[in-house]
Amino acid sequence: MKNAIKKLFRGGLGQLTIPLVAIALLAIFNLIRDPGFFSIGIAHNSNGNAVLSGNIISIINGASELAILAIGMTLVTAACGGQDISVGAAAAIAGSVFVKVLKSASSINGGTVLLAFLLSCIVAMLFGAFNGTLVAVFKIQPMIATLILYTCGRSIAYWINGGATPTISNSILSAIGGFIPGIPLPTPVIIVVVMAILFKLLFHFTSLELFTQSVGINGGAARLNGINPTFIKLLSFVLLGACVSVAGCIGVSRLGLINHETLLLDIEMDAILAVAIGGNSLGGGRFKIIGSILGAYIIQTLTITLYAMKVSSTDVKAYKAIVIVLLVVIGSPVVKQRFTKFMTRLAENRKKVSAKGAEE
Amino acid sequence: MRKCKALFLVAVLVICCMATACGKEDKKDGLIKIGVVNNPPSESGYREANVKDMETVFSKENGYELKTFYSKVNDEQLQAAKGFITDGVDYLLISAAETTGWDDVFKKAKEAGVKVYIFDRKIAVDESLYEAAVVSDMAKEGETAVNWLLSQNLDEYKVIHIQGAMGSDAQVGRTGALDAQFASGKMKKVVQQTAAWDEAEAKKIVETVINSGEDFNVIYAENDGMAKGAVAALDEAGITHGVNGKVVVIGFDCNKWALRELLAGKWNYDGQCSPFQAKIISDLIKSGKAPTQKLIINEEKGFDAKTITENDINTYGLGD
Repeated sequence: MKNAIKKLFRGGLGQLTIPLVAIALLAIFNLIRDPGFFSIGIAHNSNGNAVLSGNIISIINGASELAILAIGMTLVTAACGGQDISVGAAAAIAGSVFVKVLKSASSINGGTVLLAFLLSCIVAMLFGAFNGTLVAVFKIQPMIATLILYTCGRSIAYWINGGATPTISNSILSAIGGFIPGIPLPTPVIIVVVMAILFKLLFHFTSLELFTQSVGINGGAARLNGINPTFIKLLSFVLLGACVSVAGCIGVSRLGLINHETLLLDIEMDAILAVAIGGNSLGGGRFKIIGSILGAYIIQTLTITLYAMKVSSTDVKAYKAIVIVLLVVIGSPVVKQRFTKFMTRLAENRKKVSAKGAEE
Repeated sequence: MRKCKALFLVAVLVICCMATACGKEDKKDGLIKIGVVNNPPSESGYREANVKDMETVFSKENGYELKTFYSKVNDEQLQAAKGFITDGVDYLLISAAETTGWDDVFKKAKEAGVKVYIFDRKIAVDESLYEAAVVSDMAKEGETAVNWLLSQNLDEYKVIHIQGAMGSDAQVGRTGALDAQFASGKMKKVVQQTAAWDEAEAKKIVETVINSGEDFNVIYAENDGMAKGAVAALDEAGITHGVNGKVVVIGFDCNKWALRELLAGKWNYDGQCSPFQAKIISDLIKSGKAPTQKLIINEEKGFDAKTITENDINTYGLGD
């Protein structure tokens, strides 16, 4: 046990130290504030299905879109050393395509939903490829390249469906955005798990993880070793496009409504934050997907905690910022180095003291 | 190369001159020339209906020649308004992105003999500079809704209040009446949060209240989308709502889909912010007289789930 703690302090958990410590701190804080915060109950929703309810469920359910985007964002960050700030706007486009296809279908069934999703996925991946081309081929800084889609994305989404907020109500959609009858866990949570497993398998059966890291650390060296950095960067953006479309479709399915102005609004910043809190370097290189997913849950826990404390939502962002500044500073290399130095000195001192004690 | 450029520039100039000349030629054909400076239809369902209303009322069949400019950038709107004045429109209709900075344009219009109508939102200029302002009174919308709520004679009012983007006209107006009730103690504020018009955020806010176990029986959401988000949270927790339900649901904007929710009895009330000002202005223009009052408040409606009809949805609903 003691060794485990020692290991943890020496950064034995690696980059996951910060997110895990943050989750633990948030959990302890909430338990002190309200012991019932994490209680999980069973409620019957209006369709009569038994479903799980409670703050934990709200958190992991509400963070689903963010977690999925964070997965893709981690890849882009690792490969390009920059971030895609257009994911929210692109998700609005993907969601609009999804709704457009469903609206033009004569009847909505499993097949049409799948078709709508596939089409929105293709569109999102095309926009991803557009961003990727600007970054990988034309060597434009990712943030500048994606600024284009960030600016015009929601207008494009508007062209697809018009200004009013079109609604679609259908049992299949409410199953995707809510609960599948008979399964008490929210479907978006299951989708996150599926996405995480898919990416794990992708990394397991291909060398994508290694290639991405090497391109991120040193593109020139990677090229000399026979890796095509342009392709890897482009691929990371296309994969992010797929994530964007999944997130957008979940967002639409939740309420059966698309509002191109507010769908996943400002989520790009949260996604980047999730990557950072997850201990990934925003400068590219080594990465851990699981860290980013944890980061997403941390951000959502923070939001729900603040809501539960009835902090006015105008102030929520300010409080969130304070916590995030703390997390990011604690996770910074400078603090880590100082901390390790401090701990080793402490250990040395203790050794000296015990050595002295032995002499006497 | 330089020759080519010069030639090209000359060509452009000639085309421009011809275009303006053509414009001037067909000026006199008895049509009243209207210049509309508005926000873009992509802004919201409200604006889309507003723009469409302007285009149908000020049509050629009705004896108008309509020129439009849409932008949500105040500076661009100012430029366009100046352009319309130079073009020699008879009337200038303005819904400004920002309430300030318009003095110059209004003075120029007056000098040029262009009559100005303000619609939708007020602009901070001297009354003498325009004919009339046909605007929505957001505060009245809130009052109408709150009065309706009071008329329901519930035993107690425990309200979840979901606000729009803080500081926006709609938010300030729709919040005011309810805040007065909270202050008087007649209604109890369970929670008052802004979701900034975001449906998903509204759902999270209601979810948190449900999780905390606190009791509530009214949801007052400042637009339809947020009301839908709130209702989604209720549905997931199996809490009944609407005409025969536990929770009274109030939304705003009167989107067609929202009014259908009313008709189905799932919501209780929807307040309107009428985007239809064109008819009022057209009547004023056609009357040929100067309006008797400067401030004309557009009549606002509210719909009750118990009395709403299919006909109301088709007449007053926004979008499709």
